[in-house]
Amino acid sequence: MNPVLSLSQISYKYHTLQGETEALREISFTLNQGEFLAVVGPSGCGKSTLLHLIASLLSPSSGTILMNKMPLSKSKTQIGYMLQKDHLLEHRTIYKNILLGLEIQKKLAVPHLLTVETMLKEYGLSDFRDAYPRQLSGGMRQRAALIRTLALSPDLLLLDEPFSALDYQTRLKVSNDIGGILKKKHMTAILVTHDLSEAVSMADRILILSKRPGTVKKIVPIHFAKTPASPEEARSMPEFTDYFNLIWKEVKHEA
Amino acid sequence: MKHNPRAAYLALQSCSVPSSLEPDHLSQEQLAYLKTIKHFQWKVRFLQITGFLLFLALWQFLSMTEAINPFIFSSPSRIFSAFWSMLTDKSLFPHIGMTLFETFLSFFLVLTISITGAILLWWNNTISAVAEPYLVVLNSLPKSALAPLLLVWFGATVQMILITAISVVIFGSILTIYTGFKETDPDKMMLIETLHGNKWHTLRYVVIPESIPLLFGVMKSNIGLCLVGVIIAEFMGARMGLGYLIIYSSQVFP
Repeated sequence: MNPVLSLSQISYKYHTLQGETEALREISFTLNQGEFLAVVGPSGCGKSTLLHLIASLLSPSSGTILMNKMPLSKSKTQIGYMLQKDHLLEHRTIYKNILLGLEIQKKLAVPHLLTVETMLKEYGLSDFRDAYPRQLSGGMRQRAALIRTLALSPDLLLLDEPFSALDYQTRLKVSNDIGGILKKKHMTAILVTHDLSEAVSMADRILILSKRPGTVKKIVPIHFAKTPASPEEARSMPEFTDYFNLIWKEVKHEA
Repeated sequence: MKHNPRAAYLALQSCSVPSSLEPDHLSQEQLAYLKTIKHFQWKVRFLQITGFLLFLALWQFLSMTEAINPFIFSSPSRIFSAFWSMLTDKSLFPHIGMTLFETFLSFFLVLTISITGAILLWWNNTISAVAEPYLVVLNSLPKSALAPLLLVWFGATVQMILITAISVVIFGSILTIYTGFKETDPDKMMLIETLHGNKWHTLRYVVIPESIPLLFGVMKSNIGLCLVGVIIAEFMGARMGLGYLIIYSSQVFP
């Protein structure tokens, strides 16, 4: 397997007038092509900071991040980022919202537009292309945000608690939807979540962070005897509870 | 069913009724509800107009019975006849035209300058940190007190009138728009960053579109203030315009 992403000895400190806060300490892990990694840990342990660093929204205080064996700044790889809320722009139609990334990167070319067209059909948004975000349900909005991110054909997808703004039922449905889509596409992805069952149902491996300063406490690979077709199916499998309890035991001490 | 007409009226103003709803699809309750709102709107309009007419009638009455001095307080009928005679001999139009021209020109200049200024402040932290206290002070300055000074500097010219009008409005306008720009959702700005957009993209896709309602609000108050500024300047030094006409008329008694 060749690693898409590798972090070695990543540390990060926040600076404010009140002083310095060590958010992350010596984080190292690698991520393989097509792998889905979930990051869990107590709140404030630097889960989101980790994603910010990988997305180059922040630069690490020390350590190196390699994307396809190249330093982040030099690698041409696209990283997709999904935030907690969909942040669809209310003054644009769904279609124009989906094209936002392509428009910014001047990639409004036919092949990209065709991909968007396929995804619109596949994810049931074709009839809503000319609708405005406020006319859509929470789940549909999140799917539109997903298409906006996938339209740029990212090599790596970062999901920063993408379902946490949804109510519980929608959340189960949307995480199932999106989890299924990403599995089918063999997307390489990192999901940050505080929902352990979500992590167990979607991920191939789970990285547990300690409380601040965040360090890698444990990495748990998830194996089901029979590969589940969807996160929903994973939830009903016998190993699910075992993994859930195992992870919970680790996280419990940190909270 | 009982409705609160005031709340309903506000609700109606903030959203439009979907046009796809045909009257025959509406239930009796919905029709009754819409009727209460219509009724409330008519009532408001009616009271606004009758209030004004009553005021004019009272003024006319007091003036005719000399309960107030008609020479000082005039009366609606005398104002109307003066207005009519100036309309018929067409002497009013150049003055109205001049004032309107100056008001609109200063309004467009204010709009251009204040949007550019607000963008500049938003773009550069150093500029905004340095300029903000000055803008606050300049904004609280009584600009009409500056008008005589501007008259000395620029003479009784159209430029002087425009500069006076602009100085009345500009600082508040820049500050309001800049404050609006600053309140842009930081998460939306991060979204643009995650899509590899730069500051210009943030401005174009997030900051400006989200400030459109604010800009309309600012424009609404600016146009009124521009008129105030123009009239003040015309008081000071002008050969034409409504401000000039007011000063002229108050000094030349008929």
